[in-house]
Amino acid sequence: MQYLIIIISTIFINNIVLAKFLGICPFLGVSKNTSTAVGMGAAVVFVMTLSTIMTYLVQHYILLPLGIAYMQTVTYILVIAFLVQVVEIILKKVSPDLYQALGVYLPLITTNCTILGVAILVIQNNFNLLQSVVFAIGNSVGFTLAIALFSSIREQLDDADLPEYMEGIPAALITASILSMAFMGFAGLV
Amino acid sequence: MEQSISLKDNFLKGVIKENPVFVLLLGCCPTLGVTSSAVNGLGMGAATAFVLVMSNLAIALVKNVIPDKVRIPAFIVIIAAFVTVVQLLMAAYTPALNEQLGLFIPLIVVNCIVLGRAEAFASRNTAVASMIDGLGMGVGFTFALLLLGTIRELLGSLSVFGYKLVDADGILIFVLAPGAFITLGFIIATMKWLKNRENIKSH
Amino acid sequence: MAAARSSFLNLLVTLTIVTLVASLSLGYVYEWTKEPIARAQMAKQLKAIESVVSGYDNNPVLESYRLPTPNGKDSLDFFPAKKKGELIGVAVKTKSSKAYNGDIWLMVGFNVKGEIQNIFVIEHKETPGLGSKMTTPKFLQQFMGRNLTTMKLTVKKEGGDVDAITGATISTRAFSGAVQTAYETFINSASHGAVN
Repeated sequence: MQYLIIIISTIFINNIVLAKFLGICPFLGVSKNTSTAVGMGAAVVFVMTLSTIMTYLVQHYILLPLGIAYMQTVTYILVIAFLVQVVEIILKKVSPDLYQALGVYLPLITTNCTILGVAILVIQNNFNLLQSVVFAIGNSVGFTLAIALFSSIREQLDDADLPEYMEGIPAALITASILSMAFMGFAGLV
Repeated sequence: MEQSISLKDNFLKGVIKENPVFVLLLGCCPTLGVTSSAVNGLGMGAATAFVLVMSNLAIALVKNVIPDKVRIPAFIVIIAAFVTVVQLLMAAYTPALNEQLGLFIPLIVVNCIVLGRAEAFASRNTAVASMIDGLGMGVGFTFALLLLGTIRELLGSLSVFGYKLVDADGILIFVLAPGAFITLGFIIATMKWLKNRENIKSH
Repeated sequence: MAAARSSFLNLLVTLTIVTLVASLSLGYVYEWTKEPIARAQMAKQLKAIESVVSGYDNNPVLESYRLPTPNGKDSLDFFPAKKKGELIGVAVKTKSSKAYNGDIWLMVGFNVKGEIQNIFVIEHKETPGLGSKMTTPKFLQQFMGRNLTTMKLTVKKEGGDVDAITGATISTRAFSGAVQTAYETFINSASHGAVN
């Protein structure tokens, strides 16, 4: 039950993009068509789950015992950068198909702030390992949902006849605003 | 003489012509996330500007001894170190602001502006020019956040820098998430519109 | 092959040196800011205590103690306020994890009769304009001077006495729950004589 609440709250109520404002760069940058958006989303699900487990272990078995919790930011970003590299190499060897699908998005993920953000949030919320994993999955699915919905709207938006100064980013941002308003309707669900 | 002009241009480009938020559309997460009030926008801008200047300086100084292959990881470590310095200093001297900005302070590490400037400018230019570039970008970023924060605070809670203008409730939506998106959208549209008009006039 | 290895070593050494220098300088900054950070946290607690109990002349933070809640699941910090050595009230730091977004931390001030003197919101991450209204006097007023034997700490539509914040029933419920926990722990301790 508790895990179900985490999932629902991270996907709908506190959506990481539309309510918490993390991962706005890929949200605006990689959402011009739905297939790339879904590809990016899948890569994020994969990396976020792995990196949250890694950073959780680093926090509880290295940083806290050594009393150097202040090194959190430095170690986390290194762990994430390293993990993305390893995932890229392994994927290339083990599953060329998957690599073809996700490969191009992987380098972008190191600087995707949802990854580092979730890794830090898990520590701030005092989650245990299982809760952390569920939290990471929920958030990454929430990211995928937001970016997929948004990209399908933007595909339509391309055909709309807009004043020149509203074309592109301004129209996209106003669309995002309406999408975010729609997600506010989930408030109070849990 | 020529040197000083180029320094000035170098500084100004970040503030206006290449404004990281309004023109290059970088660093949108904190731009949207913390600007529910003007003070938050200003604080976040200043913290980012500090990291920009210091990491640009450090990277310009060490760029020649770092092999190309580990350039990015090395830059990230340097940036992360300065971010942690900001985190510690803010926890010590501005605890209230630190709480307000919360997660977005450590996330300066992955702010595309910082790594972007390190890559595009500091790894190719002298220390002084890099610092000026960082300062210009930092001021431009702060200006963008301050503008967004002021508009949202004014419309959303009818106050300026926490000073209540009218004793009434504002348009709540501007303080909430959708308000952030819509305000930034209209600011960028306005800037595009102004630019278009200038182009038409000059023709 | 040999060239590749030596350059790999070179890369590793560079990266290690960069990381080492970064860690060492951070360690220095950490030591330097340790005391100001502790002081800032102390000031924050004192400010919270000051706004919920008044007229004391001791330092409640230095005399603070920790007591388990009646259900034994958690424990709360108690800050005794004393005047000339005599107990005049207690500030209890309490929290709720059932809020809309993250934890709510409150400081609840009781006088020796067990009435609420004031409540201070230490930390919350509720929605601005909705749940955040828990920090306004308009909401907090309804708790002041109330004796919880006569006030039922649930929202009105659930048969209690708390006026919920419009559009933020979850936040109100979490807030009331945190106050209830503080009160129960306080009464429990009083009946065991721990307060004096």
